Amino acid sequence: MTPTISPATPAPAPGRFGRWGGRYVPEILVPALDELDQAFQRARTDPAFQAELKDLLTNFAGRPTPLTRCRNFLAGSGLEIYLKREDLLHGGAHKTNQVLAQMLLARRMGKTRVIAETGAGQHGVAVALAGALFRIPVQIYMGSADCARQAPNVFRMKLFGAQVTPVTAGSATLKDAMNEALRDWAASYGNTHYLVGTVAGPHPFPTLVGEFQRIIGDEARAQFLEQTGGALPDQVVACIGGGSNALGIFRAFLADREVALVGVEAGGEGLASGRHGATISRGQAGILHGAETRILTDPEGQILESHSVSAGLDYPGVGPEHVYLHETGRVRYESATDDEALAAFRRLARDEGIIPALESAHALAYCETLARSQPKPARLLVNLSGRGDKDLAHVQSLIERVS
Amino acid sequence: MNRYSALFERLDRERRGALVPFAILGYPTPERSLEWIEALLPHADALELGLPFSDPIADGPVIQTASHEALTAGARLNSGLAIVGQLRTRHPELPIGLLVYANLVYQPGLDHFYRRIQAAGADSVLVPDVPSEEAQPFVDAARRCGLASILIAPPNAPEATLARIAKLGSGYTYVVSRSGVTGTEKQAGRPQATLFEKLSALGAPPGLVGFGISSPGDVQAALAQGARGVIVGSSLIEQSRDPERLQSHLHALALATRRQPEGIHARASQR
Repeated sequence: MTPTISPATPAPAPGRFGRWGGRYVPEILVPALDELDQAFQRARTDPAFQAELKDLLTNFAGRPTPLTRCRNFLAGSGLEIYLKREDLLHGGAHKTNQVLAQMLLARRMGKTRVIAETGAGQHGVAVALAGALFRIPVQIYMGSADCARQAPNVFRMKLFGAQVTPVTAGSATLKDAMNEALRDWAASYGNTHYLVGTVAGPHPFPTLVGEFQRIIGDEARAQFLEQTGGALPDQVVACIGGGSNALGIFRAFLADREVALVGVEAGGEGLASGRHGATISRGQAGILHGAETRILTDPEGQILESHSVSAGLDYPGVGPEHVYLHETGRVRYESATDDEALAAFRRLARDEGIIPALESAHALAYCETLARSQPKPARLLVNLSGRGDKDLAHVQSLIERVS
Repeated sequence: MNRYSALFERLDRERRGALVPFAILGYPTPERSLEWIEALLPHADALELGLPFSDPIADGPVIQTASHEALTAGARLNSGLAIVGQLRTRHPELPIGLLVYANLVYQPGLDHFYRRIQAAGADSVLVPDVPSEEAQPFVDAARRCGLASILIAPPNAPEATLARIAKLGSGYTYVVSRSGVTGTEKQAGRPQATLFEKLSALGAPPGLVGFGISSPGDVQAALAQGARGVIVGSSLIEQSRDPERLQSHLHALALATRRQPEGIHARASQR
């Protein structure tokens, strides 16, 4: 039985996607979320905010990012692969897009300190570099297990002047970092903005982060039309941890009913192994980190530890809008295992001279699996959400272990 | 009359505030938990018991660690409810509240879960990660199952939120006097008397102050501002290794719940 706690209202309440989402946080955080929501609503229609954000995205972060048609990857399979190159964004991943927007909001709200959680470290790096730019002190919570497997990003954050606080509780990964950031915020909301890095968490974060990531899809759609002489992709593919890069690219295609949208979750050691991060494919309805969403949980409600070779997908929850898009059938959710992602990681490097982030490699792995099924010719748009420099030492150790 | 109403009536007669220890069900182990909770009872007017949760975002390091220890030692819902059941049998008049994170209620289903804890002997339920704006379905389910709903009133709550808390809450109101999570690192704030006045004017259930209460001074300050009692958790766990110090700590807190020290005669009549 799936328990339902939200009334089945035809018009979803603000912050709900169907029945999913909401604000399940301690009462003390509700005024801080209200304050953020109000700042967000004002900024949406404020030309000065939009102009400053556009300037930062263009002249600091390097937008627009290119759309690259693969020359060799899966050539001959019938699939034409186009990569949206968020790996070339300043900071090395799509995270910088919405971080710059939230930093502007933080400044407008008069906050003098910013905290954030990070998994792979990409969000932490984006917040740290923006903190340096905005002269705002930054504290990053990062699971100690993630600190170890993403050491270069820890160093990067420190170079930008951020304080990195390792979290040893629980599984010492992203969920524990998020717990700690929420605890900090419950004490510090007066002067501190909690800059959530994905489309998960309490309202308004899922809406806000999704909106500021939508630039990925808007750009990619226009670039695709231009490069193909007016065609849309047959499929748009993106990896899903919390789900911000996927939502960013999907949102621009939701109305294009002929375009299939595919989210690729972390299959870990295989869905049957129980060691994975596939919350939509294998999770349950539940409440975690402020939202009613799908999560990995035991029947009594204890949160289960996720597993993925990529720290950014190693999370037992997912943004509530994805659960809604799954429920309506608009987006299809697949998974790729650790091994498949590692193979795709190496293959893109060999074939295209591009090293993808291990997270993004899950989306590429889906394309490889599709290619093996002798598909009809199709054009696939893949969100290459980040670059793999941060993963080099980790992947090298994994390759050496098996060879 | 329910146990909370009876308690507050009695305490008013005795001119005292309530001392409510908080403990984690299954801490330090499921086997030794009842003994630990009983050690808190000689000075307790009611009990607040937390089901251990893997991701307790409203709790500081002490209660996080206690929850983790309990879970690691095998604490589960069944063992927790068995302890509640034993406490109920031994202490028929004692108000017992359960503190439970939302996903622990959600997974079994609200009504199913609430029926079980009510049957075990609980009087109330508090879900710390469900704010008043999301609370209605939880409050409705609790009412159907004969449980009071405890809501948290933080120091920064706007008037409309306090009104909702007053309307939805029953049993008592959990008043938080400072920002942050549970624990003794950060002292209890001096709760604003106006918060109690507002809650009382809105018809909210009696307010008990929690978060950071660790000294007799904290207790007296809370009562002076209008609290009807205090909830103490982390500072008890911190002294769990030294039974004698724990007892003298509890005794000192209990003494501080007296509204006006009036000499030996008043003290004797409170016994």
